[in-house]
Order: sequence, then structure tokens, then C-alpha cells
Amino acid sequence: MKINKFIVFGLTKLTLIHILLMSVAVTCLLPIFWMVRCAFMSNETIFTDKALIPQQLELGNFVIAWTQGYFAVYLLNSVIYTVCVVTGIVLIASLAAFAFSRLKFPGRKVLFYMFMAAMLIPLPGSFVALVVLMNKLHLINTRMGYILCMINVGLSMSILLLKTYFDRIPHDLEDAARIDGCGKIGIWWHVALPLARPAIAVIVVFNSLTVWNEYILATLLLGDSQLMPLQRGLMVFQGANSTDYPVLMAGLTMAAIPVILIYIAMQKHIVKVFSSGEVTG
Amino acid sequence: MQRLKILCCCLVVVLFAGCSQHSQSGNTILLWHWMTDSHDTLVKLAEEYQKESGVQVTVRLFAPSDAYSRMIIASAQANVLPDIFGILSVKSIVADFIKAGLVADLTDEMKANGASWANSLFDKALADKRFEAGNIYGIKPGIYGVPINMTNQQMLYNKKLLAKAGISSPAVTFDGFIKDTQALRRVGITPFVSGWGELWLINCFASNYAFNIMGEKKVFATFRGEVKYTDPDWIKVFTIFASLRDKGVFIDGIVTKGNKYAEQDFALERVAFAFNGSWSVNVYRDMNPSLEYGVMLPPAFSKAHSLKIWGGAGASLLVHAGSPNKDKAIAFLKWLTARQQQVSLSRETNTLPSNKEAMPPVLAFVDPVLGEFFKGMEHTTHPTIWPLNEDPLVMEVFDRGIQAIIIGEKTPAQAARDVQRVKDRQMAKGNK
Amino acid sequence: MNPRVQSAAILKNNLQSLLFVLPAVLIFCIFYIYPFLNMIFLSFHEWWGIGPMHFIGLQNYTEIMSDGLWWDAIIHAGYITLIALTFQNALAFALALACDRDIRMGQFYRVVFFIPPVLSEVVVGLMGNWILNPGLQEGQHIGLLNHFLSISGFPHLVHNWLGDPSTALTTIAVVHSWKGFGWGFIMLLVGLQTIDKQLYEAARVDGAGAWKIFTNITLPMMLPVILVVMVLTILGSMQVFILILSMVNQGLVNHTDVPVTGILTSMIGHGRFGYACAQAVIFGMILVGVAFIMKKLSDKVKQA
Repeated sequence: MKINKFIVFGLTKLTLIHILLMSVAVTCLLPIFWMVRCAFMSNETIFTDKALIPQQLELGNFVIAWTQGYFAVYLLNSVIYTVCVVTGIVLIASLAAFAFSRLKFPGRKVLFYMFMAAMLIPLPGSFVALVVLMNKLHLINTRMGYILCMINVGLSMSILLLKTYFDRIPHDLEDAARIDGCGKIGIWWHVALPLARPAIAVIVVFNSLTVWNEYILATLLLGDSQLMPLQRGLMVFQGANSTDYPVLMAGLTMAAIPVILIYIAMQKHIVKVFSSGEVTG
Repeated sequence: MQRLKILCCCLVVVLFAGCSQHSQSGNTILLWHWMTDSHDTLVKLAEEYQKESGVQVTVRLFAPSDAYSRMIIASAQANVLPDIFGILSVKSIVADFIKAGLVADLTDEMKANGASWANSLFDKALADKRFEAGNIYGIKPGIYGVPINMTNQQMLYNKKLLAKAGISSPAVTFDGFIKDTQALRRVGITPFVSGWGELWLINCFASNYAFNIMGEKKVFATFRGEVKYTDPDWIKVFTIFASLRDKGVFIDGIVTKGNKYAEQDFALERVAFAFNGSWSVNVYRDMNPSLEYGVMLPPAFSKAHSLKIWGGAGASLLVHAGSPNKDKAIAFLKWLTARQQQVSLSRETNTLPSNKEAMPPVLAFVDPVLGEFFKGMEHTTHPTIWPLNEDPLVMEVFDRGIQAIIIGEKTPAQAARDVQRVKDRQMAKGNK
Repeated sequence: MNPRVQSAAILKNNLQSLLFVLPAVLIFCIFYIYPFLNMIFLSFHEWWGIGPMHFIGLQNYTEIMSDGLWWDAIIHAGYITLIALTFQNALAFALALACDRDIRMGQFYRVVFFIPPVLSEVVVGLMGNWILNPGLQEGQHIGLLNHFLSISGFPHLVHNWLGDPSTALTTIAVVHSWKGFGWGFIMLLVGLQTIDKQLYEAARVDGAGAWKIFTNITLPMMLPVILVVMVLTILGSMQVFILILSMVNQGLVNHTDVPVTGILTSMIGHGRFGYACAQAVIFGMILVGVAFIMKKLSDKVKQA
């Protein structure tokens, strides 16, 4: 009898959990379904056809979005920017976070709080100063300039996240590595980075999304159409008086896919369960 | 460690791969604009121009327009402005650009050969970037920009929905308009929509009636601080919104509506009247080709003064004064505003040309509704051609006050008092 | 070892350590500190973005102090943040807990919950209009929500959600929470994954109930992560603005103004760059203050 009660209790609990998960999942899927649905409609039917699945599927919107928006060039640029910025952030932020968490040096606290404060203080109006400075450094209208700018955008938050995880690495592991003859850089590479893999995965996803969707700095710093990222192409559709919504939706759908793929790829690192005893907080 | 080193090397290589600066050769002029709808046509015209003259015009589009404005201001500071650009800000900012020596004075070019260039363009369009003698900005009088098209903002009405309510042609007086809206409401049709989540459209509508009720002299006197916003005439302007609200004329949620959504409502025949600009003919054509609609001036409230609508140049292009290709840039703009190019620009983009000679052929083929818009051009005025403008802070409180009236939070008198309070503060600050 | 050699070793050690933070600090100084100093400098000036600057001392700051709308905007952002901190984070934590076990379709949920953050604000704005549109066409509600309410027997609940000052901000906050919970979900999930499952086993063997395990093991172990999530939530919610622009444009009178839209209005709308910078300085100081209080609080909780 007792076991039965437990099973019933467990089943109701599981059902409740599934109902919660399912209902939230539906609200998350609805917009993506709607977006894709709109991408397959025509400009005339998009606001009038109320059917869940449109009667006529228009595939042409994707073609138009791809060809008219110079998607191929922009897509390549976006990939370059995302890869460079994210790699840069992971390396630079993890080095800094490792130092803030594990190494002792003068000015450690001050520097760390400086980075944290930067996250909190918005910089409006500074875009003028930034463009002037970039021009002086001959970085305006270059990939390098934009990449460095975007690295800076994601730096503070990534340092904070990584430091939180580095702080949880037990000291014995570090000592063991030191006995094995690892220097500071060795401990960072062999101990800290592998252990912070879930955090790095989160950072990769987070910053990819930021870079992928950024267009304000791109507009300010890149005047050459050969250098522009994807989101700029999409903003062009939006700037039109007569917005072609199905094409816009097709473009947005295509633009969302890579980020979701990055997320799925990173997912397996995020859910990687540590072997017991490795991290005990 | 090995992997790390390889990774770093790859990163450095990729970083520097894109570092090469693209330099402009002497026979190339650079044009930066914000007009998504005209981009393809401008590129096509630029190619044509290269065939004719050998000068290459690189056309770059930066959208949306607020991103464009930001980039132009930053580029001006960094001194990396292109040869041809636009300034979307208010006239005082244009004046600051001119004072900083960034905008070429085109007066001599315009007035050359018996002012043939200036005379070929509509004066109302030209006035957009013209500074009159004795202007308050202290700018040398002259023409500083070339208008490439024209636009204005009027009321639109849906013929089918009006017929449903038994209205054959919309009223031209305000009282008649109210009667029409009540007839529409009786058959369950929402009377009026506009994108009043965008403050400038509210300001435009209110300004039309301010000119109608008190005349331009009194409006400008208010800007100078000589007339108060609590003046009975201004209260009348505010009261227009209150009475429209009381009569249920507005669509629900009008004060948070973006103009694009307002355009959808009108195109999908949810609403009988709209207040919108001439660009909207493209939107309506694309969204609902069978929409039957007409254009009218906003119904006059008073007979005291004539009602003015906003309109003039749709877009003006400026030449960078410091550009080594200044003359070539001017030559291109001259070509772009010549009859033939203006006709093809209008044909492709469905807009009104700024060239007088281009207008008759354009009116022959263009959307007839656009032709109706053109008839309104004689009633246009615009803040850019006024001798002075209201302080933007006061303007914002004014527009917000109207929003508050529409959602029933303030009475016209309260709204007027609030505007005047800010006006007094700004005047005191200006005198200090 | 003689003291000089020792101090030389310390120096070398310090320098080595500094090399770790050097790239970050370098980029930071160029792309943040310089514009930041420029912003402080501008906040003491009157400037229209072009043309000469006029030094006006603290005038911008004194004006902010008496700018009621600015402080309203801060309160609005605070309200949105409060809803995000409670509703959004509770949801994220609940979902993370549910997914931190062998559950059917766990993989599916983990992907799906991340869709809202990926969506462009453009889509969310268009969706918002589709769902929340207050209008009627031929007696039918255009908006999905109102349509749903009226056909499911709650016609009295039909409402102009974004057009009514009493519900506009809450509606925005709910949509914001929906768009943002995915981040909290992932980070909390990562945190939960790093907790040693043996601890749960041991507690269960000791006869601890689910609630007890949650309060005695999960919560304390998760505290640092929860703190980070809270900080990021505050940050994201206090600085929200694109969502607001895409849902209510320039706003419902002043009821939907938040600090960032205020700063943008000052800068782009009024062309007052100096004033906008002063607003940003004040806003930054408030946020730093909040972060400082949070840190003190968390230190207290950790000690307890």
C-alpha cells in the first residue's frame, strides 16, 4: 500500500511538472511558429489569412531575402565577426577572470570592480567620442575595429560569469597541477578552462547572440557594404515605408537559425554532468 | 597548449585579413542615404550616371533613419563624412553643420545661368534647406541642400466604408466631419486612425489646426513667448482632441500606435479615416491593391485662417564642403534633379518629383491618389521653413499633453497649463 | 633566500599576474574608459552633438534633480525589474529544477526555452501587436488575447492592455520576463548540474524530505549562481528599452518611460547630449549603488 501511494504521488508530481514545462514550451514555440508561418505567406494574405497553416505556401520570400538583402556577403561577415569576437572574449575574459579569482596582485579588487561597474553604467552620447577615437586609431571602417569594440561589449559580463565558476574550483586541484609542474598559464589552460566549460558554453551562446543581433555599432563603424553584418541587411527591410513583412520574416527566420544551432551545439557542454568529486563547491 | 597557439594564430590572421582600408579614388563620389524604398533606384541611376559622365557614384544605404542620424553626427565629428549626405535633424542642427563648415553653399550653382537650376525645382521643396536673409541662426542666406522629391501629410478616407455609412463624400468642415464619424460609428466602423505613438505625427496634426485657428503669426508669437499656451485659441486646439475623444472618433490605443500599424489598420479597411503622409500610397498598394480611397485636407475647424498642412521636400541631399570631389558631387545632384532622372525616380519609387517639369509626365502615370496629394502642395508649410521653431522640450510636453487628453488623463486646460509651465522655464533659461 | 631576491620574485610574480589581465584592461581602457571620461566631461556641458560646447558646471545635474519625469522613469524601470526578479527568476528556477533530472523530452525543453531570447525584438513587437491589438473589426476582436478571452467566456476581461496606464507597464514587464527567462534558466541549470548528486543521495538516506534538501543543499550551493542571475536580471531589466519602443513606440504619455528611453529622448529627440550624459551618470550611480547593496546583502547571507 505504501509503495502505491508513493507511485501515485510521484506520478501526479511528474504530470504537474510536465504540464508546467509544456505550457511554457508552447508560449515559446508560438512566436517561432508564427514567424515561420508569416515567412511563407504573401504580402496580401499575411494580414488577412487567419488559417493556422496558410492555404498557399510562398517559398519565394526566402529567395528574395537571400538575394535582395545581399545575404551571402552579410552572412559571411556575421560569421567572421561572431567567431572572432566570441573567441576573443573567451580567451581574454577567462585570462582576466582567472587572475581575479586565483592570482594575487596589487590592484586586483579595484580592477575587478571597475569591470563590474562598467556593466552597470550605460554610455549614451559616447558614440561620438568612440567614432572620433576609432578614426584617429585608423580603425574606422575595418573589421578589426568593430571586433575589438564588440569584444569590449561582452567583456565585463563574461568576466563576472567566469569568475563565479573559477571561484568554485577547489584549491586541491590547483595544487595538484602545480605539483605536476604547471605554471600559472598551465593551470589556466589545463584546470580552470576545462572545469568552467559550462560557463564558457553560456558565454559563447550569450555573446554570439549579442554579436549576431548587433547593428548600431556596425552602422556607426562600418561604412563599407563589404564589411557589414547580417543584422544590418535586415534593418534595411525595416527602414522601408512599405515593409515587405513576409520577406522580413523570412530574413529573420534565416537569421535566427545559426544562433539556435550554436545554442544546440553548446547545449551538450552546458548539461555535461561533472564526475563526482571533481567539483564540490 | 598546442591547440591554444594554433587558435591564437588563426584569430590574428582573421583579424588582420579584414584590416585593409578601402580608399576612394578621385573619380568616385560617395553618397550615404537612409531611404530604403529608393535605394535600388538610386543605385540604378548612379550606374547610368557613370556611363554618361565616367564618374562613379557609390550609393550606401544606412537604415533605419535614427541609426543614420547618429552615424552622420558621429562622422561629422570624426571628419569622415561622405561627399553627399543628408541631415534629418531640426534646422538648428543643420545650421550647426553649416557653421562647422561641413555643408557646401550651393547658392552660386543654383543661381548660375539665370538661376536655371533653382527655377527648375519647386520652391517649397527648395525651402527645406534654404536660409533666408536675417535668419535667427546667423547663417549666410542661401541654399544648402538639393531636394530630390516632395511629400505632404493629409487625411485619407476609405470610400467603401464611407459608403457603408451612407456618406457620399467626406465633409470639409469640422462639424461635418464629426457627423460623418458618428454615422460610421452607428454602423460599427472605427472612424479614425493615425500613428500617434510617434509624437511628430500628433504635433503635425495639432499644428495644422493651430494655423487654422490662430494663423501663423500668432503661432510664431507663441514660440517667441509673446503668447501663452493658455490663450483661448490654444485651448481650442487642445479641445479638438478632447471632443474627438468624447465622440469616440479615435481607434483604441491610438496613442501607442506606431505609424506602420496605423497604416495596416487603414489598408485592411478596419478604419475609415487616416492621417498620414504621401509615402503611404506605396504601403496601401502593397498591402491591399483593391483599397479604394481618397485624399482630403483635414476638415477646417475655423474660418479665421486657412488650414495649413505639413509638406515640402521629402528628402534633401547636401554636399560636404570639405570634399575634394565637391564639384563632381554638385554636378551629380544637378543631374539627379533634372527632368528625365526625376521622372524615372518617381516612376520607380511612386513619389512626387521635386522638378517642376517632371511633374506633368509623372502625374500622367503615377497613382491617382498621389496626384490628389500633389494638389495639397499649395497648402503646405513645414517647421523647416518657419523663421523659428519651438523648443523641442516644450514640443514634447505639448505632444504628451495631447496624448494625456486622448486617454482622458488631462483636460485641455490642464494640458495647456503644463506646457506653459515648461515654456516659462525654458524661456527663463534662454534669457540667462 | 635574501630579501632582495625575494622581493624581486614577488615583483616578477605580480607582473606575471598582471599580464593575465592586461589584454582585458587594454581593450577596456580604449573602448570603455575613454568614452566614459568623455561622457563625464560632456555631462558638464551644453552640447547639441555638433558645434561648440558650453561649459555649464553642474546645471545639468541640478536640472535632473528637479526633473520629475526622470525619476518616474527610474521608478518604472524599478517596477519592471521587480517583476523580472520575482516572476521571471522564479519561473526560470522552477523550470531549471524540473529539467535537472532525467525527464522525458528534457533535451527538447532545454532548446525550446531558449527560443524567446533568440527572437529579434522586431518579431516580439510584431507579435505583440498581433496578440495585444485592442481593435475590433466587424465586431470581432483583432488581438489574439482579447479574441481568446471573449470566446472562452471572459468577455469582461477584454482590455486595452497597452493603452491603459494601469496595465501598460505590467504588460510590458510580463513580455520582458517571458523574453528573458531563458537566460536565467540556462545559468541556473548549469549551476544545478555542478552540484554533486551524491549530496542529494546522502541527504535522502538521512531521511531528508524534498523541501529540506532544497533549502539545505540546493539553495546554499546555488547562492553564487543565483546572485549572478539576479545581478544580470537587474541589469537587463533596468536597461530595457527596445522592447518598449517596439510595443508602445514613444510611449503612453509618460507612463512607459524608462531611464534609457529618457536618455535617448534627451539625446536624439531634444539633441541635448550634455543632459543625456548627465542622466547616464546619475543612472549609472544608482545601478552601482544597487549592485553594492546586493553585494553587502549576499555577504551577510553567506556568513549566516
